Amino acid sequence: MTAVVEMRSPAGIRPRLLAGLHADGPTDLVGHELTFGPLPLDMRPRQLIDTVERSGLVGRGGAGFPTGRKLRSVADGRRAAVVVANGSEGEPASAKDRFLLTWAPHLVMDGITAAAHAVGATEAYLVLHHSATRLGAALQAAAEARNVAGIDPVPIQVVGIPDRYTSSEQSAIVQYLSGGPARPTFAPPRPHERGVDGRPTLVNNVETLAHLALIARFGDHWFREVGAASAPGSMLVTVSGAITRPGVYEIAVGTPVGQLLMMAGGPAERPRAILVGGYFGAWLPAEVAWPVPMAHAALRAVGGALGAGIVIVLPESSCGLAETARVVRYLSEETAEQCGPCMFGLPALADAMIDLAFHGGRRRAAEQVATLIPLIEGRGACRHPDGATQLAASALRAFRPDAEWHDRVGPCLGVRRRPLLPVPASAEGS
Amino acid sequence: MSYRLRVNPITCDAHGVCAELLPEFIRLDPWGYPIVPRADLPADLVEHARLAAAACPTLALLIDRPRRRHG
Repeated sequence: MTAVVEMRSPAGIRPRLLAGLHADGPTDLVGHELTFGPLPLDMRPRQLIDTVERSGLVGRGGAGFPTGRKLRSVADGRRAAVVVANGSEGEPASAKDRFLLTWAPHLVMDGITAAAHAVGATEAYLVLHHSATRLGAALQAAAEARNVAGIDPVPIQVVGIPDRYTSSEQSAIVQYLSGGPARPTFAPPRPHERGVDGRPTLVNNVETLAHLALIARFGDHWFREVGAASAPGSMLVTVSGAITRPGVYEIAVGTPVGQLLMMAGGPAERPRAILVGGYFGAWLPAEVAWPVPMAHAALRAVGGALGAGIVIVLPESSCGLAETARVVRYLSEETAEQCGPCMFGLPALADAMIDLAFHGGRRRAAEQVATLIPLIEGRGACRHPDGATQLAASALRAFRPDAEWHDRVGPCLGVRRRPLLPVPASAEGS
Repeated sequence: MSYRLRVNPITCDAHGVCAELLPEFIRLDPWGYPIVPRADLPADLVEHARLAAAACPTLALLIDRPRRRHG
């Protein structure tokens, strides 16, 4: 169902987030403190925010928003703030947040406490999906251990949210923590202005907070020793598909896609295309993706997206249209059922993609897909529909000759291959 | 100074009243939901837009406060 995750020493850079990992089990509080030392909380909150801003850290959940600026706007709010660590990892092809929470829970929790200190929060949540029961129990135990040791001035509450894809969206989490349904809301106001119970709320991905825990200890200069000046630091990535050693890796931001894939043992079969950014990302022909740095601006420049650092290698024997059709079908079943263009548009898009991929397009399916995309894009309260259209549009670009063949002649042999892209069981059956 | 229209896609229920009252600016998608251009509202349509916003059964049509023109 999900990518195979193995613990690997990241090639290329010395591990930062993944320093201190042991093959014999998750890092407990003692091991964590032996590796990283204490979290300094004697810095003035504004000093900490300044340091984070100078570090150039941007969110690792997909949007890439500057973390320092977000901290500052939450800290500037009039009411007492709330900190929310998003560990719900809705992307089926991503495993890095679960990996980090499983193996280095205290680094994430240090980050929550550092963030709470910076913004003056009086409440702190760590959010997971309901179904992650074992991980939830382990994190609860870790939070307990920290309370006994008196580490967190604001105790960390571990909370489960519904498993739907769109409930991982930040406004959905905020609404759920305020006592409402876990569905995205209409913005503005955004969470940093009016979040949980109307209070200014910092919502950050768990990896972002783990970086914050290290920046609070070692400073912005240390953070910038790795990565490019415009995109500093390290990041976690999840590599899967036709690759020799799939798994979670820590790389310098800006590492070329091809170099990352070579770190992972190289392609297991000649690659046709690479999906960078997961289901909110885009297909790129393998030779286009290979030299591109894993960084927001660089990937955007070639029509791609960094997303949450997901890289999936599509082998030449697979059909990219069939893979995309299954994922669009899945995304169409995971809407929050709130906004018409998403609720009706995504199933229509999925039908057209499935027509094109599996049924022979009868010379009109590709056109149908192209017509639907602008009718859906940008018309939802959240970015869920835009993710699906971006993926479909990139499939038409990257697999244009295939799309023409499917449309005129019929399905290629690749559609019979076992599906490569993970689609959670609840949504299968298209 | 110019006005812009916005739809709250969560509250919008595809009644289509807005497209009927403001056909010069709003059209409907295949599912009956309004497609609102992101462009500034022409000055002669502002009053009609106000009526359309007030007539929306779910109050999903929003008129954004005047913004300064850039450039």
